[in-house]
Amino acid sequence: MNKQIVRLYGFVLLLFVFLVAFTSRWAVLEADELEDETDNRRPLIEEQRIERGTITSADGTLIAESERAGGGVFVRTYPTGALFGNPVGYSFVDVGRIGIESSENDLLSGEQNEFASIIDQLSGSTREGADITLTLDAGAQRVAVDALQSALSSTPGAEGGGSVVALEPDTGAVKVMASVPGYDPNAVQDEATFQQLRTDEAAPLLNRPTQSTYQPGSTMKVVTAVAALDSGEFTPDTTLEANSGVEISGVPLANSGGQDFGTIDMTTALTNSVNTYWAQVGEELGTDTMVEYMERFGFYADPELDYPDNQMRASGPYNSDGRLVTEGFDVGRVAIGQGGEEGQLLSAPMQMAEVAAAVANGGKLMKPTFLQEASDPDGRQIAELDPDEQSEVMSDETSAQVTELMVGVANDGTASGLSTSLGQLAGKTGTAEINVEEGLNRPWFIGFAPAEDPQIAVAAMLEQCTGCFGGEVAGPVAMQVMDALAGS
Amino acid sequence: MSARNRELFALIPVALLVTAGFAAVFAEGSDVITDASLIYGGYFLAICVATHIFLRVALPHADAYLFPLCAALAAIGLVVLYRIDETLAVEQATVFLLGLGAFAATIVFLRDYHALERYRYLIAVGSLALLMAPRLPGIGSQVNGAYLAVDFGPLSFQPAEIAKIGVVIFLASYLNEKRELFSVAARRIAGLTIPPLKHFGPLLVVWGAAMVMLVFIRDLGSSLMFFGAFLALLYVATNRLSYVLAGLAMFLVGATFFASSGPGHVQDRIDIWTNTFDENPCDLTERQLDAGQDCGVGQIRQSLYTQAEGGLFGEGLGQSLLKLPGPFFPDSCEEGFPFCGSILPEPHTDFIFAVIVAELGLFGACGLIALYALIGLRGFKTAVMARDGFSKLLATGLTAIFCLQAFVIIGGVTKVIPLTGVTMPFVSYGGSSIVANMILLALLLLVSDNARRPTGEGAAL
Repeated sequence: MNKQIVRLYGFVLLLFVFLVAFTSRWAVLEADELEDETDNRRPLIEEQRIERGTITSADGTLIAESERAGGGVFVRTYPTGALFGNPVGYSFVDVGRIGIESSENDLLSGEQNEFASIIDQLSGSTREGADITLTLDAGAQRVAVDALQSALSSTPGAEGGGSVVALEPDTGAVKVMASVPGYDPNAVQDEATFQQLRTDEAAPLLNRPTQSTYQPGSTMKVVTAVAALDSGEFTPDTTLEANSGVEISGVPLANSGGQDFGTIDMTTALTNSVNTYWAQVGEELGTDTMVEYMERFGFYADPELDYPDNQMRASGPYNSDGRLVTEGFDVGRVAIGQGGEEGQLLSAPMQMAEVAAAVANGGKLMKPTFLQEASDPDGRQIAELDPDEQSEVMSDETSAQVTELMVGVANDGTASGLSTSLGQLAGKTGTAEINVEEGLNRPWFIGFAPAEDPQIAVAAMLEQCTGCFGGEVAGPVAMQVMDALAGS
Repeated sequence: MSARNRELFALIPVALLVTAGFAAVFAEGSDVITDASLIYGGYFLAICVATHIFLRVALPHADAYLFPLCAALAAIGLVVLYRIDETLAVEQATVFLLGLGAFAATIVFLRDYHALERYRYLIAVGSLALLMAPRLPGIGSQVNGAYLAVDFGPLSFQPAEIAKIGVVIFLASYLNEKRELFSVAARRIAGLTIPPLKHFGPLLVVWGAAMVMLVFIRDLGSSLMFFGAFLALLYVATNRLSYVLAGLAMFLVGATFFASSGPGHVQDRIDIWTNTFDENPCDLTERQLDAGQDCGVGQIRQSLYTQAEGGLFGEGLGQSLLKLPGPFFPDSCEEGFPFCGSILPEPHTDFIFAVIVAELGLFGACGLIALYALIGLRGFKTAVMARDGFSKLLATGLTAIFCLQAFVIIGGVTKVIPLTGVTMPFVSYGGSSIVANMILLALLLLVSDNARRPTGEGAAL
């Protein structure tokens, strides 16, 4: 029997090898996947035991802090309420985490590398999050939210919401990101309120500047102008015949109000936002050149912003299946911010602000960022805004030429009613027609100031109003934000 | 060095383990646990020394390592229980005293354990009766869908723990007597060895008992354990792998049949095992889901999540998340932690291994599994050295069922097999388990002492 007993022991050892193998699987090999399982509350509960860092605006307003809730657990509060609900978001155990609370979570929760956490364990110190300062300016944010709300309430037929984004062209710092309607992040802890916010048709939880894309209308002509001049195929003096009825992709195109302009140069065409001129430019440049310049501006990809991927949407021509397309679309109409079945141009307000910023910064697009500075609980600075170039969109010369064109718009053209205390304005209006019969428009404004040494680039838009124009509705919102930033 | 001196030396690491473990837990949680409970660590060591002295007198030739290995398991169990809740450790230390009593009684009254052979049918019937007891109205109680315990007032007792020893004694004796018949009088038909039908009878009874356990007790774990030990003994006694395969096939067929047609519990366990991360693995109705039922899938998930915290070296004693903090702790938790308010249900019984993985890591867990493997080694060595068939089979059976029990519960917690509620020998909190395993250890030491005792011919082993 002894031989069998030895074999039996061999079998028992084999069984135990399975135990070791499976323990390794859960404890080490698949541990990360298990931590990501949705019903695994451990990481969330663990994080509630960490004192999350504070979030402060660039001008020193406290946006988020953690308070003791008993039992060694902390809970988040947002003293500014709805002001920064978008884009800062929230972080609660029951509803999860979105916005900057999510994208900067590693800093805020004190996530460290393995080595540092072993040192911590040995020295017995508890994990604490870093305090972060955002690039966002609370004063200007307040102005932006108020301006959007009053534009929505005072403009005839205004519905839905609106967005404002303001960037520092030379650093990529996001100074303002406003989305209306918003929500109070303190309220989402309540399950009923959260459900109501989620299902609300006005979509208050949506961070419109990064999550929503719209026809950008004539603001797109800035991109087309850059492509035309920078490719060397056009100069500001290039003339084209620009009457209404010019056939684009075989279909006649009309100018705003059915106006005929005769033969005009590029300056006149941008000042008066002449559709037929710019659509012909688009056709002459061709799809490849337009796509190349759009890509340089950051279209066709999520903004390179420190923000959650699932809260950003790429801009560009979308076909009727909802896919981004790089060919086969009506390039003439895309060049004026429109399109068709094969490719409808849709842009996020954040993207259009980047367009203005790239022109303002001598043609160099800086990576946009929210993070001004982070410091650990002992006050040591552990991160700071380090301006980083995303792409060289155009030459210095092109940038100067386009700036001049945009100054023309602000001084003599569709934006001539607008001015800012920052200095000389360079801008472009847009009025996307979303329902011609009912006169429903989507007003836009992008621009920067002062033109000779740009400090702020901005994009402002409202989702819908009746018979309104970009220069009348979106422009003033942008001016108020610029003025507010000029003061700070 | 004599066997008993080696045993004494082997107890030194156990003493260090308990001391270091208690000190670590105490240092970690000194704000919530009292220093008075520290003495229970010393109390446990005193029991170990007392057992050792008793063995010196009663079984001087018995295996030197079995007892220290079991004591090491118990020490780990005690430290982890102390970490979970100090009162659990205090109770467990007290239970060890009871276990020591059973241990001593077994050794004193069963010095000639061959006497057990004479009562084998009585023992078999008694064991089956014990197994059925949890279904008796009045004293039986249902836990998680399985009938595992008998309640006597405040005391709860799991008869399967004791019954396993009785079943092994019966099988060892029966197979020892009949093994000649099984291996010699067999006919070969179409390459298969078929034993005479009449000897199949009692074995069919064993198979039937395993099936009855599945259906009436709904305890897949014990059923697996018992039947596994039976197959192990059948193999060792007859050296016929074909019997084992036939037996295994019969078990699987029976289990599949009863699992799919019988009451839902066993089928649920299997569904949970195969579809652990499905949203609704055991097809509960909308209403059941709303009522918060999950047919137990939540606990195995929590077990895996707990282990995921461990990594290679673990979070350290007392460092992993177990008791829900502050606002997460349920308002209605009358029994108190760890009976409710623990993120991992049953951290002190079924899922103690997951806690060990989380806090001592993969290495700690492997050390624990190695202890079981070493006990297996000493147990099977005892069987090899034993001088007569009954002793060999008895030692084999006891060791096999002990190792299988460890496999069934650790395998359940780590999802190697469907999760079933058996205790982790010497580690889990629970009186019946400790007492039964102390008796099992006593029997193994008796066989060992008998095997190693110098004989009249002077053949010292």
